[in-house]
Amino acid sequence: MSRKPVVRLPGIAPLLVLAAVAVMGVLVILPLVTVFHDAFSKGVGAVIAALREPDAMAAIRLTLVVAAISVPLNAAFGVAAAWAIAKFEFKGKSLLLTLIDLPFSISPVVSGLVWVLLFGAQGWFGEWLIDHDVKIIFALPGLVLATILVTFPFVARELIPLMQDQGVDEEVAALTLGASGFVTFWKITLPNIRWALLYGVLLCNARAMGEFGAVSVVSGHIRGLTDTLPLHVEVLYNDYDFVGAFAAASVLASLGLVTLILKTALEWRHAGELAASRRH
Amino acid sequence: MTGQLTLSPIPTAGGAARPRLARWRERSILPGFGLSLGITLAYLGLIVILPLTALAIRPWELGLSGVWATLTEDRVAGALKLSFSLSAYAALLNAPLGVLVAWVLVRYEFPGRRLLDALVDLPFALPTAVAGIALTAIYAPNGPMGELAAKVGLKTAYSPLGIFIALVFIGLPFVVRALQPVMQDLDREVEEAAQTLGASAWQRSIHVILPTLAPALISGVTLAFARAVGEYGSVVFIAGNMPMKTEIAPLLIVIKLEQYDYAAAAAVGLAMVAISFGALILINTVQLFLARRGRR
Repeated sequence: MSRKPVVRLPGIAPLLVLAAVAVMGVLVILPLVTVFHDAFSKGVGAVIAALREPDAMAAIRLTLVVAAISVPLNAAFGVAAAWAIAKFEFKGKSLLLTLIDLPFSISPVVSGLVWVLLFGAQGWFGEWLIDHDVKIIFALPGLVLATILVTFPFVARELIPLMQDQGVDEEVAALTLGASGFVTFWKITLPNIRWALLYGVLLCNARAMGEFGAVSVVSGHIRGLTDTLPLHVEVLYNDYDFVGAFAAASVLASLGLVTLILKTALEWRHAGELAASRRH
Repeated sequence: MTGQLTLSPIPTAGGAARPRLARWRERSILPGFGLSLGITLAYLGLIVILPLTALAIRPWELGLSGVWATLTEDRVAGALKLSFSLSAYAALLNAPLGVLVAWVLVRYEFPGRRLLDALVDLPFALPTAVAGIALTAIYAPNGPMGELAAKVGLKTAYSPLGIFIALVFIGLPFVVRALQPVMQDLDREVEEAAQTLGASAWQRSIHVILPTLAPALISGVTLAFARAVGEYGSVVFIAGNMPMKTEIAPLLIVIKLEQYDYAAAAAVGLAMVAISFGALILINTVQLFLARRGRR
């Protein structure tokens, strides 16, 4: 497994490296730098003031609540789906895999739209919900449902290939030696998949907290009530409050950076315990 | 010692298990199949199948002619055309950019290589609204790149070019990440053999390396395209959203919903899903064909 890059000097190599750095610099790194540059253009005080606004605080709180509900549900689903798909052989498995991946190929806006079609005022269940005074769209449940749909495959698709690689030998050994099903899962399977699970949860959480398109459709933009942090960024930006918008954006960008660092650390340190496609 | 224990509970092809093919699943001593599959199907049904069924059914409230009228409405048709064509152009530009970045990351050692490698995922990690306002600030007429572009007479933000830039940004990691593993596994001996036989660097790239990369490149470009078609957050700020000029298809769904025209919104959404799936199937077929030819 020697994948050491070979040094080839001189020739075209330095030019290619420079070109790649230039592409990445202008296209990817410049936007990141811009977020922090524009946020702090009026000093640290302005950023702190913008984040201490009641609406900003409410948006941060709502974002945390939505993620705290959506991520564990998708993680539990991911583990269950991976157990069924990776440890057993049954018909229709590839269809199931396709359906699990489906939300990734759908526009975020469509992922929000579908919930409005079901639960909106003129949705299939709209009248029933109004009669029973249940609010889903323009309220927390809608935000949670949209977020769950958008982040649906993250954990499952990290776990399934890894658990397929690992096979069933260890679990069979434990069961043969008299362990119960639960003990086998807890003591054998879970330790084997913990880093991949963490990896999936990490990506799932980053997307859940940063989601914009899907939640913007179901939120209704009620300030201080149904605006998550990314939606708050939009509101401030459209109000020409650029320092405020970039201050809120810098919080989200930091979340993205922390996710990136943890993800890279996992890829380097626990490469053997992640799905093969994640190994560097 | 593990001789008896490695006995697989899943009967492999051949042997006594074959006659019982009628069973829809193969026997296993592992517990929890019913429970885990039950949870999976129930959750999948509630979160994915039920909502998508609504998407598939609701447009037809308008009738076939109504759906057609909605989709051929100037504003809708314009938005669909804009979204799909700009996504295709952006994905095509991502191909050379992705090959360049992936090649440099895999083949060369230089200070900061691992940092650059980690930063490739930034467009995934950065929330789309954040990327959206940052790109707008950069490419707006008074932004650093916007000013530069204005000097050569180009309007970047609030024009199709601005949308294109945002879509290139969002698609780059798909191509780089698809190519890297294949590039790492490239057999150097084949390249060296070609070199020994007198192939120039250019000939080696075109006739030896590129054909090996083609399937991964196509799949990366496809993923970038699919993502770009549905992209909303990073595009909607830089687009300027002028009807018929810079309105993207996802924005039109939002507009239809704001007019409480659910069926029309669903029609646009369904059309987007249908067109992207058609494109995906087409590209997958091409890829399968290439893979088969490569194996021969």
